[in-house]
Amino acid sequence: MTDAMSPPGALAGLVVVELAETPAAAYAGKLLSDLGADVVKVEPPDGDPLRALGPFPGGVPHPERSGMFLYLNAGKRGVTLSTDASAGHELLHGLLEQADILLTDLALDRLDPLGLVAGELTRRHARLIGVAISTFGHEGPCADWHGADIVAAAMGGMNDTVGEPGRAPLVLPGYQSSMQAGAHAAGAALTALFGRRLTSAGQYVDISEADIWASFNQPGRAHIFVHEGRVRRRGGHRTMGVYPYTVLPVRDGYISMIAGRGTQWKAFMELVGDGEQPEWYTSEPRFRDRLEISRLYADEMDELLAPWLESHGKEEIFAAAQERAIPFAPVYTTEEVAEHPHLRDREYFVEIEHPAAGTHRYPGAPYKLSASPAAVRSPAPLLGEHNDEIWCGRLGVDAADLATMRREGVL
Amino acid sequence: MTEPPLPLEGIRIVDFGWVFAAPIGTRTLADMGAEVIKIETRRHLDEMRLSPSNTSRDIEKDPVFHDLNRNKLSVSIDFTQSEGAELVKRLVEVSDVVVENFSPGVLDRRGLGWDVLSGVKPDLVMVALSAAGQTGPLHRIRTYGPSISALSGLDSLVGYPGERVLGSQGFYPDMVGAIHGVVAILAALWHRDQTGEGQYVDLSQWEATVGMLGEAILDYTMNGVVRGTQGNRDPGMSPHGNYPCLGDDAWVAIAVATEAEWNGFTAAIGAPAWTREPWAADRLERVRHADRVDVHVAEWTAERTPDEAAELLQRHGVPAGPSLHVGERYFHPHFLERNFHVDFDHPATGTDIVGGIAWRLDGTPGQLRRPAPLLGQHNGEVLGGLLGLSPDEIADLERREIVF
Repeated sequence: MTDAMSPPGALAGLVVVELAETPAAAYAGKLLSDLGADVVKVEPPDGDPLRALGPFPGGVPHPERSGMFLYLNAGKRGVTLSTDASAGHELLHGLLEQADILLTDLALDRLDPLGLVAGELTRRHARLIGVAISTFGHEGPCADWHGADIVAAAMGGMNDTVGEPGRAPLVLPGYQSSMQAGAHAAGAALTALFGRRLTSAGQYVDISEADIWASFNQPGRAHIFVHEGRVRRRGGHRTMGVYPYTVLPVRDGYISMIAGRGTQWKAFMELVGDGEQPEWYTSEPRFRDRLEISRLYADEMDELLAPWLESHGKEEIFAAAQERAIPFAPVYTTEEVAEHPHLRDREYFVEIEHPAAGTHRYPGAPYKLSASPAAVRSPAPLLGEHNDEIWCGRLGVDAADLATMRREGVL
Repeated sequence: MTEPPLPLEGIRIVDFGWVFAAPIGTRTLADMGAEVIKIETRRHLDEMRLSPSNTSRDIEKDPVFHDLNRNKLSVSIDFTQSEGAELVKRLVEVSDVVVENFSPGVLDRRGLGWDVLSGVKPDLVMVALSAAGQTGPLHRIRTYGPSISALSGLDSLVGYPGERVLGSQGFYPDMVGAIHGVVAILAALWHRDQTGEGQYVDLSQWEATVGMLGEAILDYTMNGVVRGTQGNRDPGMSPHGNYPCLGDDAWVAIAVATEAEWNGFTAAIGAPAWTREPWAADRLERVRHADRVDVHVAEWTAERTPDEAAELLQRHGVPAGPSLHVGERYFHPHFLERNFHVDFDHPATGTDIVGGIAWRLDGTPGQLRRPAPLLGQHNGEVLGGLLGLSPDEIADLERREIVF
């Protein structure tokens, strides 16, 4: 259940305004909201485009029942505003005048007419931290390009590393460019807030999803290229280097096998050989060097391991491996994750009751703060749910004017 | 004009982070100006000093280590000895944050757990990043990043539609854990500044990675649907994918979401007959017939280089971009102009090329101000300057391999 009674979070008192149309700014806002910030989500009158993203309960699309919207916006308050009209423009800036942080992922050509770009935003709101997330960033040769999640992952070099050699590169599913950049935007917003402590001034932060991938994606690959001129591309179900670094089929699914240390590999071979390393392995001098196995004999080794792997289940292998300090892990399905006793024991998932969507389980916060715990304090807002509270209560718009604005489509 | 301050100036972090997840996070904090003091010892070397990318096998020449640990200080204290642990406590007393990513229980056994350190420094913020958290039946599991991709459900979704699981083949959960760690540290510091109260943060990389998979997880919790391998399919976009181009293993990413983008797309490719077929008539039809759409899109892209295709599509308002491999990325104008890969002097290697700073703050930007430290390079500065030990005392600790 949502926890309205939970103690104030670490960021209690911070006021955040969010203008989002991808999961990026919404996830940044969610992280800050769960940590106690007061996040006001500003949607266009016909709703955040995220409301069209599934999954929907029963598979039936409905703007108040979008799984991604409900997940990413729980805890926030929601208002509607048409930023096309000048009245809307003024209300938005009125809201920003009272805020500490603006989070947005609107495209540059949409931010510009609203006065939400670098320089102008800080001139207008001297203490405001503006954080803008985009595929390519606001400067550089691609700043005016049209962005998308898969394009950010392509340019950042991420897609090239996933999938089979020679076949299409694969994007990591679930809008990872946005999600990852959103988490970074939350960190950058707080960092800029610490900067404000020193300078008393707000500032603008430009976050490019492509840059985030490039800066954090697979340092090993980057360094092999820089120092040896070698380009390591995608390797299908395995990564080149030291065997094993792979996902292989087992009786009831797949197991992820990686063994950085020689002792881990030796322990696994003893597990396979029931106490002793199998004869087919020890009798082959070719198999002494795991770099060589990875380079030349990986297919052969996969095949030699197959009979053992396919006669064991993934939990059984996981347990036996962990007992021997071998860092193998089962490839869990989403069902196995959602029902996992370990995650239940830690009360990771949270149940949220929403007036239009019903009660469902959602991923919770990934951290437990001992003094000011993260919590989901309310369900995601219905479209325009907090218009009266925010526009009248906080900005002092009188009720008659609000009604007019509603009629004229400003809200 | 005076130089602006670094945004995290004045925040001191005692960093037990090793290998990958915690060092990535403290790298960001160090780039932003925090004083990050890395505690490491020759007795239990940070494995990243001898990563597979370090062909020299010299612990001072690991390129991955250098990227992950630039801007940090190194103090070599063997805290497995009680005198070493006492030194660490003195350091914690004058610091703001402790970060660690050992297996749960390791620091407790050395007398450096939260119970002890919060006594030494009552308003301390301590963050433990672990694979599965500090509690729960699996809290002791051994993992690398790829193991957590498997546990989180991510790997089960990665592969071509209807084919075997390939897995994400990388250390994505480390990156995810690191950035959530950064958020937690800053939030807890903010709370301390407002209230005077410190706290302990138990972060699970497994949970952080599950949280990135909302769409697939919710399809199960809402509908009982267990998704399999997703390929490049998107439930709301078609065309959507990495499409083959002229050239060796060359690809362009294209994503068409709105009607305006679809109209731009058809105009860009010369409105061939297939775009007017009933199965391409609207977004939902195209998503339903994504296989067919993809075949036709690939026929068009196959006659162009990734750059040609991307530029033409972009001129028509369609999100597109070349799929760059690591080498191409270094020379792409986007990254060159954003000064993304930086040459950096290093005393052991001469030059390092490290990743730039992805956050561009225009008021108080981060900075690359020093290369990754040699092991124990800042023993004098930290033990002498900060803790007030005399050169003789430090020499004695070194001789007895407590500073080692």
